This record gives sequence, C-alpha cells and structure tokens, in this order.
Amino acid sequence: MNCLIIDDESTARTIVNQLCKSEGSLTVLEEFSNALQAIKYLNQNEVDLIFLDIHMPDFTGFDLIQTLKNPPRIILTTSDQKFAIDAFEYECIVDYLVKPITLPRFVKAVEKAKKFTFSEATQNNSNATKEEAKEEDQQLYINIDRRLIKIEIPSINIVEAKGDYILIKTKDKNYTVHSTLKKIEEKLPNDLFLKVHRSYIINLKKIVDIEDNSVLIEKDVIPVSSSNRSELMKRLNLL
Amino acid sequence: MNSEQPNLNYIKELSGGDQEFEEKMLSILKSELPEEIDTYKNHVEKQEFKQIAEIVHKIKHKISILGLEKSYESAVAYEKELLEGDMKGHTDFLELLTKMSNFLGNA
Repeated sequence: MNCLIIDDESTARTIVNQLCKSEGSLTVLEEFSNALQAIKYLNQNEVDLIFLDIHMPDFTGFDLIQTLKNPPRIILTTSDQKFAIDAFEYECIVDYLVKPITLPRFVKAVEKAKKFTFSEATQNNSNATKEEAKEEDQQLYINIDRRLIKIEIPSINIVEAKGDYILIKTKDKNYTVHSTLKKIEEKLPNDLFLKVHRSYIINLKKIVDIEDNSVLIEKDVIPVSSSNRSELMKRLNLL
Repeated sequence: MNSEQPNLNYIKELSGGDQEFEEKMLSILKSELPEEIDTYKNHVEKQEFKQIAEIVHKIKHKISILGLEKSYESAVAYEKELLEGDMKGHTDFLELLTKMSNFLGNA
C-alpha cells in the first residue's frame, strides 16, 4: 500500500514516516507541508492512503478532502479530539489518530485501512462523477446577451479572432462572443483543437483537406501560418 | 506549574533503536522550538490572541513528544482560553517553554 503524509509540522511528518517504516507494509510516496501542494500531486498520481493533519494554516485537512473528487482512504492525524465527530461525515476517513501517535495504535489504523472498502454507493457515485466530469469537459458555456448558452465542444469547427470578439463556428450555428482567442484556447481540449494561425483555432477532426498554407474546414478555407504548420502536420495521421 | 520533567521516552519508543531518527527528531526540536518561542513572545507583546493560539497549538505537539502529559493538558486549556480572548495561562506556559528549552539544550 502506498501513502502520502500531509502535515504542516516537520516533527509530525518525521514521526509518521518512522511509524510507516516500523509498520513495514507501507511505502511513503511523498510528504507535503501544505495541502495545496498535495492536491497537485493527487491530481496526477494514484495514492492508496493519506495520513492527513486537520489543523493546517490556510487550507485545512477537511478543505482538502472536499476538494478531491475521489479521495483515497484517509487516516486523520490530529492534536484535537474535537474534530472526531466531523470526521464521521466523510466515508473516505478510515480512522482518527490523536497525537502523540503510538505504534500499536498506528498499526491498528493501517489494518483498518487495508480492510476498508468503499461502499457500493460511493463506488457508483464515483463512477457517476467521472462520467459527469467527462460530459462537463465536452461542454462550453458562452455569454451572449446575459444568457449562458451551452455549446458541445466537439461540434465547434473553427474559432476566429475578430478584434475584441471571437467568432465560434459550429456545424449548425455561429456565435460572436466578447472574449479572446487565448481564453478559449485554454478551455478547449488540446488533443482536438490547434491554433494554426494567430487568428484561428481549428477542430482537427473537421479538416477536409490541407494545402500548402491553408486547411479546409467544411466550406471555410483557414490560413495556416508557417510557424504552426509543422505542429499541424505532426498532429495528423499521415500515411 | 507541575513537577513533571521533559524526557525522550516517546522518541526512543518510536525509534526502536534507529539512531538516525532520534537525531533527526532532536535536531528538528532544537531548531524549531527557539523560533516558535520568539513567535509566541512577539504575538504576546502585540496581544494577538488568535496568532498566540496558533503557535501554542504548534508547540503543543512538541510538548507531547517530550512526554509532558500534564503540561500538554494545560496547553490544550490555554489554547482554548486564548481563543476566548483570555491569557491567564501565559506565565505557566512561558515557564514550560523555558523548561523545554533547557532540556533540549542539554540533550
């Protein structure tokens, strides 16, 4: 079982690390002195168990749990018994260790974590959340005349810069929005869209053909600047 | 002020003879405690109760690491008192900090 240690106090991190060594079956992947660094790590890595301090400045252990879509098993480590009741609110919390932590109590908590399985409801929830997240990733809301209009991202063919506005062309409709190409570029998935010119972002799946300095997207001919041409060629499935 | 004395029992119990761990713990305690005492005194001078409570909370763990069980309980009560805007426990807490510093100075 691999684990993370999150605690703002170095004494506490050193102690939990030592307890992990003594327990014998845990691999400490990383230690973090603040929750925000840990969130970045958790978004990119699979972790089985977290030893998490509650009382940390700026961003508490509970804040961290609420931030995670699918938190792993968590053992709280704290000097305050008063948070124990709050801990029951979270299904991912396996146990609650009050400092100073002794080895026998630590081993007991780890045993609990090993036996712990998330309930079916949570599993289903987590799967549903993943599906929802997937769907959300596919949609973009644009503000036109104080209305938020939903656009299915895969339906976008081209985005064109027009001064202080951008023109979003989909298969069926065009939208003019007060925004910049840079802003929408950040919202579009990199694997589907490419900026081929300082004024154009295209949907790679909608390319009909390519000539030297232009691409045809449905009926629109879009210029390709020489600096972006090689990236465009790299992204195509060339025979 | 109670008569209990700081000790390394907890650290030794955790170390299981691991010298490196014992040295690391002592080194952290020796470097952090003086800084935390300074921070504590600064906040006391400015009567910043919330910040004093924060630093007492941090020091609290060190009190328990040094096996000072009764003092730990007093620190818990003092932290609560501070959050309610009172600091009657200040003199005792300061004495405790001196006791811990002296112990670490000789450890």
